Amino acid sequence: MNAPVGKTGKLIRGSTGEWEVVIGLEVHAQVTSNAKLFSGAATAFGGDPNSQVSLVDAAMPGMLPVINEECVRQAVRTGLGLSAKINLKSVFDRKNYFYPDLPQGYQISQFKSPIVGEGEVTVDLEDGDSIVVGIERLHLEQDAGKLLHDQHPTMSFVDLNRSGVALMEIVSRPDIRSSEQAKAYVAKLRSILRYLGTCDGDMEKGNLRADVNVSVRKPGSPLGTRCEIKNVNSIRFIGQAIEYEARRQIDIIEDGGAIQQETRLFDPNKGETRSMRSKEEAHDYRYFPDPDLLPLEFSQAFVDALKAQLPELPDEKKARFIKDFALTPYDAGVLVAERESADFFEAVLGGLKDRARDGKLAANWVINELFGRLNKEGMEIAASPVSAPQLAVIVSLIGQATISGKIAKDLFEIVWTEGGDPDVLVEARGMKQVTDIGAIEKVVDEIVAANPDKVAQAKAKPAMIGWFVGQVMKSSGGKANPQAVNDLLKTKLGL
Amino acid sequence: MIDLTSLTLAEAREGLARKSFTSLELTDAHLAAIEAARALNAFVLETPDRARAMARAADAKMGKGEVGRLAGIPLGIKDLFATEGVRTTACSKILGEFVPRYESTVTSQLWRDGAVMLGKLNNDEFAMGSSNETSCFGPVVNPWRRAGSNVGAGSGGIEGTHLVPGGSSGGSATAVAANLCLGATATDTGGSIRQPASFTGIVGIKPTYGRCSRWGIVAFASSLDQAGPVAKTVRDAAILMRSMSGHDPKDTTSADVAVPDFEASIGKSVKGMKIGIPKEYRLDSMPEEIERLWTQGKDWLRAAGAELIDISLPHTKYALPAYYIVAPAEASSNLARYDGVRYGLRNQGRNIVEMYENTRAAGFGAEVRRRIMIGTYVLSAGYYDAYYLRAQKVRTLIKKDFEDCFQAGVDAILTPATPSAAFGIGEKGKADPVEMYLNDIFTVTVNMAGLPGIAVPAGKDAQGLPLGLQLIGRPFDEETLFSLGEVIEQSAGRFVAAKWW
Repeated sequence: MNAPVGKTGKLIRGSTGEWEVVIGLEVHAQVTSNAKLFSGAATAFGGDPNSQVSLVDAAMPGMLPVINEECVRQAVRTGLGLSAKINLKSVFDRKNYFYPDLPQGYQISQFKSPIVGEGEVTVDLEDGDSIVVGIERLHLEQDAGKLLHDQHPTMSFVDLNRSGVALMEIVSRPDIRSSEQAKAYVAKLRSILRYLGTCDGDMEKGNLRADVNVSVRKPGSPLGTRCEIKNVNSIRFIGQAIEYEARRQIDIIEDGGAIQQETRLFDPNKGETRSMRSKEEAHDYRYFPDPDLLPLEFSQAFVDALKAQLPELPDEKKARFIKDFALTPYDAGVLVAERESADFFEAVLGGLKDRARDGKLAANWVINELFGRLNKEGMEIAASPVSAPQLAVIVSLIGQATISGKIAKDLFEIVWTEGGDPDVLVEARGMKQVTDIGAIEKVVDEIVAANPDKVAQAKAKPAMIGWFVGQVMKSSGGKANPQAVNDLLKTKLGL
Repeated sequence: MIDLTSLTLAEAREGLARKSFTSLELTDAHLAAIEAARALNAFVLETPDRARAMARAADAKMGKGEVGRLAGIPLGIKDLFATEGVRTTACSKILGEFVPRYESTVTSQLWRDGAVMLGKLNNDEFAMGSSNETSCFGPVVNPWRRAGSNVGAGSGGIEGTHLVPGGSSGGSATAVAANLCLGATATDTGGSIRQPASFTGIVGIKPTYGRCSRWGIVAFASSLDQAGPVAKTVRDAAILMRSMSGHDPKDTTSADVAVPDFEASIGKSVKGMKIGIPKEYRLDSMPEEIERLWTQGKDWLRAAGAELIDISLPHTKYALPAYYIVAPAEASSNLARYDGVRYGLRNQGRNIVEMYENTRAAGFGAEVRRRIMIGTYVLSAGYYDAYYLRAQKVRTLIKKDFEDCFQAGVDAILTPATPSAAFGIGEKGKADPVEMYLNDIFTVTVNMAGLPGIAVPAGKDAQGLPLGLQLIGRPFDEETLFSLGEVIEQSAGRFVAAKWW
């Protein structure tokens, strides 16, 4: 139980020595589906309050839940994406508690028999290292509604649009050992979900949020008492909450106190966690199988069919980029981290005239020129003024030696600000590289003739050829083919 | 002219087809009977305008030659069924004046087939009760009286003089027995169709679990609840069942099986059928007249050519305790939605918890509160395994008892329907609720096993009150029950209460 699987993360120094923080996460990911988990009501974000509520969601008398099969497919896809065991039979249970945002008085969830069992996620860390985080289970459950406290001086209102929306709860093993690892794990999980198309990962809308379990111990000791920080809705906050909570727990223990198991809330404004309820105050949820629903059963063939249609996931894509285009693991990692980036790069690859030749060049251009520029402007890739086909043409022009890398940067700038077809622009603005040997030779001859002293120097010091190359390029407006210039100069200077 | 309310459903159907009378005439006759029988408290809401409109529509359709299976037939609807635009309360104060914007699947199928709604029928609050005394609208009165009783002769108060119709479908049973409607919908979670049918001398069938959709029926215990008809005759019950049954994609637990023409099984020979007689249904405390009734039933079936076999259902004695764990457990969760937030009663408090407490304390009656507490207790951490889980294991064993018998070739099982005839209002369960729960001793096993069970009136007790026999069948073999039930009905004759109200 307490055998650490993850590598030891950063240890935290306390007054009595070094402490290890142990973290497990329960990520709640909203399933991408048109309809709710057990009703036909829409799931779109931003509807008027209570405009997307069916009779089932409002728990009217006599209403019954009917499973949305697309949500089941999405959960299975996610399980497959996490290399997890898919349970062909699972059970929906009722988790009973009273709250105005929970119309039925119970949440339909999966308690003893979840749809997905054990799996794992490989997480790459900033330092180039990687860890494997175990997945304990994934289950389907209903989301609750939302209370609105600012609509009336003495009353609270409730918006049931979210009530009944399908969530996947993805429970990790306590394999995480630092806030950095936790952040990287959530980022990776989010990336996998987005690749799969099973959750949009939009944390601002609350479509992905995490309950963070934190405990501390002296390295090698048994697990400490944990506290659960509820509903943290950004990767940055997850890191902050862990840092604060670990320090709080260390301070308590080092002051001679003991950690009380409890549920806490993270306050992003103050950057601290606060007690919400103690173990004694914890609800008795009285779980029992939902008698309105039969056990959820499907065949291995159903799973296999979904598996066959699974998209390429970040790990596989990264390996392919490294193999096919000789990218560095770092560059490949940058390209696959976000599905949009990977998709953009794939689109650039698709537009290349010679993918094998120019793939790596394309990666450099996407990462350095495009991402660099987007970052500088604070723009998302979806809003990039230079499209993937445009960038593919620019890279191809370099690859086939029509333009030099330097001219390509000018061309990129023109396309960024003015738009247009790079092929046409190169032609129209005379940016094409001069490969006509006769024309280049003429320039070379002129420069050699005009600089006899430099010619003499060059004979003694061959590195002087660089000065001549520079002069020829300058004179040709940068368009002369550098290789041809070099070759001609070597002959003319007798080097 | 004949009294149209004395007709059976089948007779009325024939009269309408022959144009001896119109649906409007038939409906008006029943509306008048309802009005004259308010002392019985069977209806909690009369819908005469709607009834006449539906009757006129039925007449118009029949005039054009369109004949639905229940065209023009006036029915009563248990108040557990959601009826669109018509107040539906489950006879609980907590639902207040709740008017659903939807129609239950079962009732919508009745209207599809042309039936006419007379109104909503009284029942035990949330169907929790065996005497119809827990209704927030007050108890229903059984149209039957003990021999020599002077009910209606000016004696004060209803306690001690009037009898209960059984429950929870007491309003349905009384309405049919008192000729206030030609048939009624009912529901049965532990005996709520069969026990009141027996107490009032009519026929009631609880179909196989999954035969009728539960969509739009206020839930009591989801894994046990099943809708079914109460009717004057076995044939009438078969006619109603056909319209009420059928797969509903809105209810995951409804079965995707074909709905047979149940009426066709009326009159079919039962020769050679093997009828199981379970020894565990012979109780030490059972009155001799129940024993005699059972023997009589056996003799009738034997005379009709059936073969009687002694069988054993060894886990029967655990059924009632297990039932009173499973049913309240599910109920405690099913009734959590009545919280004062979205509809129904709300009693304000200083905070949300106090609002819940005030609303639920005021909205639920004593028996419902008791069952919510039992259910909450048996599902609690530390008690779940000892109670709920064990009860579910017992349930599996009960089911297996029946499966073993059916596997051994038994076609149906004959038992008494109730351990006694109707008792007086206020007579039972005041000190000890278990006294009331024991009413369901012969019926709960059927719900626990999900099987069909029919109660058919078969005789009278010493005080002249009707008694019923129960036939239990294989899953989705209600047809055999109708065939056998009709044999008993033919032998025993019909039981009609003398009108005194």
